[in-house]
Amino acid sequence: MRLLRVSDERVAERARRGEVPGLLHLGVGEEAVAVGACAALRPEDKITSTHRAHGHFLAKGGSPKVLMAELYGKEAGCCRGKGGSMHLVDMNIGFLGANGVVGAGLPIAVGAALGARIKGEDWVVVCFFGDGANNEGAFHESLNLAAVWNLPVVFLCENNQYGISQSILSQQKVANVADRAVSYDLPSQIIDGNDVLAVFGTISKAIDAARQGKGPTLVECMTYRISGHYEGDSDAYRDLGEVAAWLQNDPIQRFQDFLLNQGVLLPEEVESLFRNVDTTVDEAVAFATGAPYPTPDKAEKHVYAPGKRGTS
Amino acid sequence: MTIMTYAQALNGAHSIAMKDDPLVFAIGQDIGSYGGYYGVTAGLLETFGKERVLDTPISEIAITGASVGAAVVGTRPILEIGFVDFVGTCWDQIFNQAAKFCYMSGGQARVPMVIRMACGAGLAYGVHHSQSLEAWFTHIPGLKVVMPSTPIDAKGLLLSAIEDDNPVIFLEHKFLYNQQGEVPDGPYRIPIGKAHIARKGKDVTIVAWSRAVHWALATAEELANDGIDCEVVDLRTLSPLDEATVAHSVEKTGRVVVCHEACLTGGFGAEIVARVTEKFFDSLEAPPVRVAAPDIPVPSSRPLENEYLRPERRLSDAVRNLNAVSHRRI
Repeated sequence: MRLLRVSDERVAERARRGEVPGLLHLGVGEEAVAVGACAALRPEDKITSTHRAHGHFLAKGGSPKVLMAELYGKEAGCCRGKGGSMHLVDMNIGFLGANGVVGAGLPIAVGAALGARIKGEDWVVVCFFGDGANNEGAFHESLNLAAVWNLPVVFLCENNQYGISQSILSQQKVANVADRAVSYDLPSQIIDGNDVLAVFGTISKAIDAARQGKGPTLVECMTYRISGHYEGDSDAYRDLGEVAAWLQNDPIQRFQDFLLNQGVLLPEEVESLFRNVDTTVDEAVAFATGAPYPTPDKAEKHVYAPGKRGTS
Repeated sequence: MTIMTYAQALNGAHSIAMKDDPLVFAIGQDIGSYGGYYGVTAGLLETFGKERVLDTPISEIAITGASVGAAVVGTRPILEIGFVDFVGTCWDQIFNQAAKFCYMSGGQARVPMVIRMACGAGLAYGVHHSQSLEAWFTHIPGLKVVMPSTPIDAKGLLLSAIEDDNPVIFLEHKFLYNQQGEVPDGPYRIPIGKAHIARKGKDVTIVAWSRAVHWALATAEELANDGIDCEVVDLRTLSPLDEATVAHSVEKTGRVVVCHEACLTGGFGAEIVARVTEKFFDSLEAPPVRVAAPDIPVPSSRPLENEYLRPERRLSDAVRNLNAVSHRRI
């Protein structure tokens, strides 16, 4: 979680300096959802992500250097600089794509789960989406299809309370995203998304059920984005008191306090862990800044896959 | 060789591909026990079972996106969207997701899927079931666009499309489903990206695809009686475009007519004419001509729909007029 936090804060800082281009959606405050869920996955399991993808990428095992290089637009990035923040893909770790279109990852996740069935694989797919996606048609069609076909997919809503500037309750009458599950006869649960152990426990059970052929689950993780919608957002639509209250509910601080209280870690061990994270992020930034840009001739490559079945 | 319909030829391609590769599967609305709206998937459910012939809810976003996701993890879906007119409901999954996955991943991801859709007018189906929207797809880098005109091409092109590692838009003209022709019994492939000279000639090149190829051939026969020798280029594939075959023909004849059923403005004929004019201007003896539908939705009533389908009737005069023009070095 600390890695996700420090990495995103560094991205923001470098973006303000003009080093990192483009639209950057940071996940500060939402780290427990990504880390708790991905800790429950096997390497061969897949995830689909959203426009707010950096944390999911790292939590699924993505390299901090490769992520940073991609955000900087460098050839050494996971997508050779062609994707950028909202279009990260890393097939080697089962990261089937961030997505620039709200809700578009849901049917793709359903398809990856269908692919598991057709190939006879036992991988499971965790589909991250935000609360804003629950009013998209893609959400409803995907939950229904996954339910009808009993597919091994876990729909994980990161309810960070806002779809850009609009609070969730200003745009729908149904109070909870999880309430939608009734329409599709899916099991659902609402949990504290800032409690990493709660996320891990709940998603683990949902994944086990999916792997055992018991079908999909909808899990709504209540969390909050401390950062604005994107780096540079005026954030004028939120009450400062609300943000301050959520700062007291920081998922990293909570888990740190828990570990210290339980005697799992000593304070000096926490300090050591944090120093290691700082070093990792320093190295990632150094790697990204030092890496070459793709040459302009690469712009026209990869529009099409080069071959056909068995040749590429 | 067996005489069979275009629909039966497509059905045969499904069977061959699904027998050959357990990762190929069919997905779409009413494709199982119903056999598809045109019978293209008839019998597949009995042969391959419901795990590989997937009847779906009427949820175009979900089934198109699910095909994208399944393709990205290594299977090969053949998705049927009953009418190309419905593509608006799932357009994001086609042009933003399927078409861009390979590129945005820097070449890591493959999306080997075929999206079969029926297009075309002539059956009084009206504005929401009759359009020819191929130009939309050709505007999207990352998609391939295939439009077979005959049963033999339909089978051979579909087998190539299923094997292709990219999303292939496969547009079938609904007026052609019952057209018969000789088709080889076993597997064979017709390459994507290669046009076909459907008729050799020396005076005027007619470039067409899908149903319009038949208009072009009929026109060529009619004009042959008047001593006008037409060459008919059946594009077969619009994207990637076989520019070389078009160019070779135009260099020979010096005159080109592009005939398509889609409406004129922004139609793919504009692209052909632009390329010919830009690159082969010196070969032209007369200005290129487009013969296309008027810029109207496709009406249902027969006399009105016939107005939409006026390219069939106007092609002959267009070719005749063009053939009469001769000013070397226009």
